[in-house]
Amino acid sequence: MDKHQLLLWLSIALFSLGLLGVVVRRNALIMLMCMELMLNGVNLSLVTFMNQNGQPSGGVLVFLVFVVATAEIAIAIPIVLLLVKRKRTLDLDAYTDLKG
Amino acid sequence: MGAVLMLVLREPMRVALALITTMMSLGAIYGFLGVHFIAAFQVLIYVGAVMVFMVFVIMLLEVREARGNKRYSNLAVPGAMVFAMMVGVLGISVWRAMNTGAPSASPNGEAFELVPFSTAFLRDYWLQFELTTVLLVAAIVAALAVIKVHRRVPDNRVSDRSANG
Repeated sequence: MDKHQLLLWLSIALFSLGLLGVVVRRNALIMLMCMELMLNGVNLSLVTFMNQNGQPSGGVLVFLVFVVATAEIAIAIPIVLLLVKRKRTLDLDAYTDLKG
Repeated sequence: MGAVLMLVLREPMRVALALITTMMSLGAIYGFLGVHFIAAFQVLIYVGAVMVFMVFVIMLLEVREARGNKRYSNLAVPGAMVFAMMVGVLGISVWRAMNTGAPSASPNGEAFELVPFSTAFLRDYWLQFELTTVLLVAAIVAALAVIKVHRRVPDNRVSDRSANG
């Protein structure tokens, strides 16, 4: 098993653990951090593929993922702040009365 | 690695520290792979900006969870099943790609430098670059709209200050 294979397994582990964290945990901030973990797993696989075939397009995609992650956090944190200001808790089970 | 710790720990601050550890080691992996500036951006953007923001929000909120509170939601068992399915499907695909003998470890793998990357980025992918700027501006505007920035300074005070100045 060479280096790229190992890194792909690592990125699978990161993405799956992030998905598990988003589904399983109840704290809103921890769910946001697990989303960051999923994005990190995708970034690791992109860098691995870029390193494997030597084309620079993977790096471009990594930068786009950086930008999207930053924008997502910048939107999600004020929403979490507003939710906490309403109910004084981070537990997402308290917000089941939200209707879309 | 630190990612497993994120699922187990209870306090959000410790989860954030575990995530910072994970991101730093990912930056180290990028550095070993030879893509040094992606490692630098990983450390700068993720650890420097996003996680500092997250840690500030954790300190700002400071909502204590009750001691007897459940750590995991009711979806823990389906979540674990989805996790197992995800690992299975991705693992099977990676395993099959390894067994078919995909052309790996090309000799130009290490020849990743900043100059061809930059020229390709700004010549071939300029449209995506501009779209990210539009996305960032939209994110700033949306964040300001979410927190509803009020800028209501009383008029007489402003006029007094301008008259004094």
